[in-house]
Amino acid sequence: MRPLIIIRRIPSINFMGLHKLGFVLSLILTVGSVGLFLTRGLNYGIDFSGGTIIEARSTNGPADLAAMRAQLDGLGLGDVSLQGFGTPNDVLIRLQRQPGDDAAQEKAVQIVKQKLGDSVDYRRTEVVGPKVGGELIRAGTIATILALFAIAFYVWFRFEWQFGVGAMLSTLHDTITTIGLFSLLQIEFNLTTLAAILTIAGYSINDTVVIYDRVRETMKKHRSMEFSELINKSLNETLSRTILTVSTTALAVLSLLIFGGEVLRGFSIAMLWGIVIGTYSSLFIAAPLLYYIRPKRASVAKEASGEPAPSRTS
Amino acid sequence: MLYFQTWKLVLILGVCLLGVIFALPNAFSPETVAAWPRYVPKKQISLGLDLRGGSHLLMEVDMGAVEKERLASLVDEMRTQLNQAKIGYTDLRADAGRVSFTVRDLDRMKDVRDIVTKIDPDIDVQIGSSGAVSLIPNVAALQARRIAAVDQSIEIVRRRIDETGTKEPTIQREGDDRILVQLPGVDNPEHVKELLGKTAKMTFQLVDTNASPEDARAGKLPPGDVLLPSDQTQKGQPAQYFVVRRRVMVSGDTLTDAQPTFQNNEPVVSFKFDSTGARRFGDATKENVGKPFAIVLDNKVISAPVIREPILGGSGVISGSFTVQTANDLALLLRAGALPAPLTVLEERTVGPDLGADSIHAGALASIVGVVLVIFFMIIFYGLFGIFADIALFFNLCIMMAALSLLGATLTLPGIAGIALTMGMAVDANVLIYERIREEVRGGRSLISSLQAGFERAFGTILDSHVTTLVAGALMFWLGSGPVKGFAVTLSLGVLTSLFSAILVTRLQIVTWLRQTKPKEIPI
Repeated sequence: MRPLIIIRRIPSINFMGLHKLGFVLSLILTVGSVGLFLTRGLNYGIDFSGGTIIEARSTNGPADLAAMRAQLDGLGLGDVSLQGFGTPNDVLIRLQRQPGDDAAQEKAVQIVKQKLGDSVDYRRTEVVGPKVGGELIRAGTIATILALFAIAFYVWFRFEWQFGVGAMLSTLHDTITTIGLFSLLQIEFNLTTLAAILTIAGYSINDTVVIYDRVRETMKKHRSMEFSELINKSLNETLSRTILTVSTTALAVLSLLIFGGEVLRGFSIAMLWGIVIGTYSSLFIAAPLLYYIRPKRASVAKEASGEPAPSRTS
Repeated sequence: MLYFQTWKLVLILGVCLLGVIFALPNAFSPETVAAWPRYVPKKQISLGLDLRGGSHLLMEVDMGAVEKERLASLVDEMRTQLNQAKIGYTDLRADAGRVSFTVRDLDRMKDVRDIVTKIDPDIDVQIGSSGAVSLIPNVAALQARRIAAVDQSIEIVRRRIDETGTKEPTIQREGDDRILVQLPGVDNPEHVKELLGKTAKMTFQLVDTNASPEDARAGKLPPGDVLLPSDQTQKGQPAQYFVVRRRVMVSGDTLTDAQPTFQNNEPVVSFKFDSTGARRFGDATKENVGKPFAIVLDNKVISAPVIREPILGGSGVISGSFTVQTANDLALLLRAGALPAPLTVLEERTVGPDLGADSIHAGALASIVGVVLVIFFMIIFYGLFGIFADIALFFNLCIMMAALSLLGATLTLPGIAGIALTMGMAVDANVLIYERIREEVRGGRSLISSLQAGFERAFGTILDSHVTTLVAGALMFWLGSGPVKGFAVTLSLGVLTSLFSAILVTRLQIVTWLRQTKPKEIPI
């Protein structure tokens, strides 16, 4: 049985010709993301900010948000937000973090449940006290930074330090722009989203590794080839696998986005964006960066012959 | 390339077969599986609370409260002892984790030391130049006490929850001073939280009939007394107060049993003391006939009956304005014992059974659609070799399910997302191998040597890309709170099993195909 689609021809796209455009675009995206994060901030879910969410389903027909809002306003619970969630019968009630200690959060839930009574079924109740939220933000930030360094270190260990720098910068770019997207669209940023960002950090590097691998191989094979030509050649030769590997993962994520339900929405959006931006950054950031922080041909070649590379010992 | 050593062949086929066998129970309902014969594997993946419904409570043992209380009692004790020994002192107080006072007569410092050692040998005594004394609880002893308190709390929490009849609760320590309680199937944890929210420290103390609560509230509290509120406050009425002797007649830890029952058609709680408690209670009631005593629970007076006659039988009845429910709860709390420290709920996550079922449905649908899309994608782009990859994908899924079942890992909704995601990532290895083979063929190599080069050269790349994902997975596991941990587990596991299936299982199929059909060219 033969494939229905065969990519026979190796493309000849001049990536290096486009790389400055890519750098500018990425710079805009990164600066914009940082700017958005600083000015608009993230729409932190209760995992991080503390507070309460109650997912309720109306027991008689579609939920009347206005009526419920009227019931819940004036309970002295601060800003109560209601939004539809999935089906028309479902409502997501969000309470701010209540002033006071952890017990105050619990009390607020009871007040709401008393007020709404039996008009709704409580499908989900999550209460996170201020203490846990703060700890999770700290642990999340540390984990993300550690991930970036661990990945860079691994690439450095497997290649040369120049590759490690390139990998880290492009992964950083992917992470920052994902956060920027969440700030721009104000999608809830919760623990699952953070898991997505860490996964992106681990996954978006895959194409980069494939490309770097080829750059290294080409460097050994064509010792005198001009460096930008060498990068172009490597990118074009690996383009089909870059696109195909990304497509299979994107298919799985798309299916999660469409069928996975509300709880996984934030996760799926982050993953999808991460996959797309990760591919872009592998092609237009990670590879062209090598042109500027050029790995030494001598050490790459020496490594091939089994001797320790001088750059690693220095 | 054409040759697989026998042991390798057996190993690969064996792992695949075991994967299918151990994954199989997950395709059936628990009832069906339970009826299977004994020699068949039955272990199923356990579902997280977000999928099966239930309540997750993260609680903290409030050690601060305990330490404060301990220092307060140390102050009391020091006052009594110093007065008894006629040692002059000023400014006795507890603050910032220590008890401090100034001794007037510096010559009596040795006596002070002796007193402190007698009260508690785990207290360090620091003496300043002008007679200033600081008593600081020993750090190691404090730590040991803390650990003991958490252990004891876990035990008490377990007893209380067992008494409520919750099925399969999980109660475990989390970090230094936290307790994670998971209650499957509980979709309204209010009652449990109420039960766990009480320390249930019960004492019997005499009421000081010479002092009036009004005077005491105005600030005239006789030494050795405390002012305690009643636990029954009617709405709109001011709370009732009692002036109670600080000295404890008998404490609740000497109770051996407590049961809800009825007396004059009112719900009451009957209790029994152990021999020590019975003797103490007997003595105390003998000496104080005609006087009221207070039954105090968590610093609130439940009732203050008058002692009509000595109670020597070691049992009694607590009446108050109980409902059947509150009498039941009190009896339960007394039976289970008191918590060494108050518990605060830091985090609560409760999922109803409907939402859990919906989540399973959504997660399963998304995974199936995802896998089907990937399967077609591989067939479209790689034909026969795509089918090989799909078969490897099937075994990957089975091995993953089997590993999850055997490891006793908990599957959460993000965990399902992890499975779906790794299905998409698993075939990446196939793509890398196949693309390399194509390239080698294009470069003019022979069929066999192209296949060989494809597998060999792609391996390093595959390994590199898998390691980076594993790094992220490990960090998530470390960061992990419940659901995210579930994701980290399936993601890491999926990456590992795909390494096996995409490389070895695929290669085995290709080798077998080569031998069977002896093709002239590769169909990719």
